[in-house]
Amino acid sequence: MNISKDLVAASATPLVLAILSEGESYGYAILKRVGDLSGGELQWTDGMLYPVLHRLERNGYVEANWGKSEAGRRRKYYRLTKEGLECLASQQRQWQVVDSTLRGIWFTALDPAPQGT
Amino acid sequence: MLEERIGEWRAYVRRRQAIHPVDVEELEDHLRNQVKALGEAGLADDEAFLIAVKRMGDLDSLSREFAREYSERLWKQLVVSPGASEPSSDANREAMVAVGLAIAASAAIKLPELFGLSIRGADADTSFYARNFSLFMLPLLAGYFAWKRSLDRVGRYWLAVPFVAAALVVNILPFERGGHTEVLAALHLPIALWLAVGFAYARGHWRDHDRRMDFVRFSGEWFIYYALIAFGGGVLTVFTLFIFNAIGFDVEWFLESWLLPCGVVGAVLISAWLVEAKQSVIENMAPVLTRLFTPLFTVLLLVFLVTVIWTGSGIHVERAVLIGFDLLLVLVLGLLLYSISARDPQAPPGAFDALQLLLVICALVVDALALWAIAARISEFGFSPNKVAALGENLVLLVNLGWSAVVYVRFLTARASFASLERWQTAYLPVYAVWAWVVVVFFPILFDYR
Repeated sequence: MNISKDLVAASATPLVLAILSEGESYGYAILKRVGDLSGGELQWTDGMLYPVLHRLERNGYVEANWGKSEAGRRRKYYRLTKEGLECLASQQRQWQVVDSTLRGIWFTALDPAPQGT
Repeated sequence: MLEERIGEWRAYVRRRQAIHPVDVEELEDHLRNQVKALGEAGLADDEAFLIAVKRMGDLDSLSREFAREYSERLWKQLVVSPGASEPSSDANREAMVAVGLAIAASAAIKLPELFGLSIRGADADTSFYARNFSLFMLPLLAGYFAWKRSLDRVGRYWLAVPFVAAALVVNILPFERGGHTEVLAALHLPIALWLAVGFAYARGHWRDHDRRMDFVRFSGEWFIYYALIAFGGGVLTVFTLFIFNAIGFDVEWFLESWLLPCGVVGAVLISAWLVEAKQSVIENMAPVLTRLFTPLFTVLLLVFLVTVIWTGSGIHVERAVLIGFDLLLVLVLGLLLYSISARDPQAPPGAFDALQLLLVICALVVDALALWAIAARISEFGFSPNKVAALGENLVLLVNLGWSAVVYVRFLTARASFASLERWQTAYLPVYAVWAWVVVVFFPILFDYR
């Protein structure tokens, strides 16, 4: 299944914030986590993650610092800030509203047969 | 193999203005992780690399995305701060060194005042300051490059020689105050020492033609930065005067004895540092200016020649006129030099090359007129330091431009490569140094310090 570009873009912020709420991480690991969580359904163009991360950093939702990878190369790690946590909570509420709205309409739209007995 | 390909990829991504080196580093880490993971899944290195690059996404849209996120970057290129996220402390340290040296230069030019050598007012010792002017900042500039390029110890000793020699010559020789030879020495010493700075810039490899060309490029960019800073300083000065005058304070003394001298010497170092720090950004400024002004100057010289022929009027030989014609040649040479420095040596001859040649030929003809006038003047009134200096300069430039024209013709007729023109220019650089030293050291002795 191909998820539309707009939807990918819209879900990027909450998804990244949520993954970072699990703990400090870096670009490649975040993408890998996205892949695992969606069972490979949600595919991003790898490079596009970075402008998103940098925007979050500029808005103060995440903070970055340079650490070392296992191989000893420089690697940029991202961590959620307090503002990021608040943003995540607000995003969560918004998505829940969208989600429950959609759920409400799915029944009547796709499944005209009366539910239950 | 893999490292090589990653290196190529890195170089390719780096060319995008919107993607900064730190971002490239981050993307590279990603690419390496991806390649490794794909390798573990059983792919060969080159396959893994190809897939990893493909997954990274189309570079155009990626850099567009970066540009949207960092729209200021395309502008920030022109400002020095490498951005808050820049993790390297090298840039900061270098900024500190540059500012420190600028302050040191300001201190150096104020120091003689403690010994009663006033810089301003009726009792100002202008001749002392004029003679020593370049010694207040060029040794520091040379020191900056010696530090930055980590010049070895032997190189440092060699580097010190011209500066020590210059300090001795201009302060020990019994110059007549305000005499011609003193003025000439003051004018030529900066040129002589600037090429000594080039020695430090090239990390001692002054014989290397590529290094010499780099130094030529550096000089041009430095000049542009310096002019910009000077313009800003002028604006600052005007406003300082204006607002303090408005409340009835006289601040002229501050401007003349502090802001101006300190600014003039400090900006030399700051400009050099800016050129170094922003090398990749405005690198193309000097060539752009040459492209713009080569046609205009060609037209100017053509019209001038036509006017001379039409009216038959000769050149009035005065000091200002002599200097003016020398400067004209310097300018033509500069136009030639900077278009050479930016040109792709592989490119075939084009219309601009023909225009360049026309400019050089015009300059040669105009200069021949000037030379004739000077020679006539000398045969009538005899030698004077000014006339001989002007004549010498003229000959030095004439030889350069003359041979440049010959090489250019050979290039246009496909009998020589463009590189030979470049080589001729870089090979000629020491001639300027030699002539400048001759004027500084031997002219006073030759003309009895008049």
